[in-house]
Amino acid sequence: MKELKIKASIENLERVIAFVDEELENNDCPIKLQMQIDVAVEEIFVNIASYAYQPGEGDATISIDIIKDPSRVEITFIDSGIAYNPLEKEDPDVTLSAEERQIGGLGIFMVKKSMDDMIYNYSNGQNILKIIKNL
Amino acid sequence: MTINKTQNGSELTIALEGRLDTTTAPQLDEEIKSSLDGVDKLVFDMTKLEYISSAGLRVLLSAQKIMNKQGSMVVKNVSDEINEIFEVTGFIDILTVE
Repeated sequence: MKELKIKASIENLERVIAFVDEELENNDCPIKLQMQIDVAVEEIFVNIASYAYQPGEGDATISIDIIKDPSRVEITFIDSGIAYNPLEKEDPDVTLSAEERQIGGLGIFMVKKSMDDMIYNYSNGQNILKIIKNL
Repeated sequence: MTINKTQNGSELTIALEGRLDTTTAPQLDEEIKSSLDGVDKLVFDMTKLEYISSAGLRVLLSAQKIMNKQGSMVVKNVSDEINEIFEVTGFIDILTVE
């Protein structure tokens, strides 16, 4: 397992994606899955950077674990910001026209749709969100 | 991300290269908003676009809303991976993907 502790700010997004990609590439993750995982990591990290510590700032810890049998990747995000369970967020209506569409709400929906599992826990003042993608 | 604009009369083609994500989307949004005066056809060429997240989708949605009022918008040469994102999010019905 590899772990990265980093200030939760949007300017660190590139470093977070590079950290995850290095692990995925070392394990010959197919490029299509890598893109889906990158999108999931971006949406979750940007959410933490944008909302968890408002109006202050704090850290996020991202860990990645590639597991065999069954082959899957598990990525866990931990922050000490305000309690927030993204799984409770209502899904956007994806059948609406351009004019009716709200800006926003799509990010977590994309994560839910592309990952095989998402698990949220709040414990000891920490949001712990794990995403799992089968390889 | 690299943004290449080609204007041909009232038709503007924007070719995107690289990653359209939270950090690069604002740059594209500004480029679009400052270029659409008098444009009645907007074409996005995604041949070299490798990646799109929700931040990029929001920029496309806002461009589509502008072009609904003043003409048309087409998205071309979309990779399978990006097309799948358009499908999951319902953008496949909002955008005209050629």
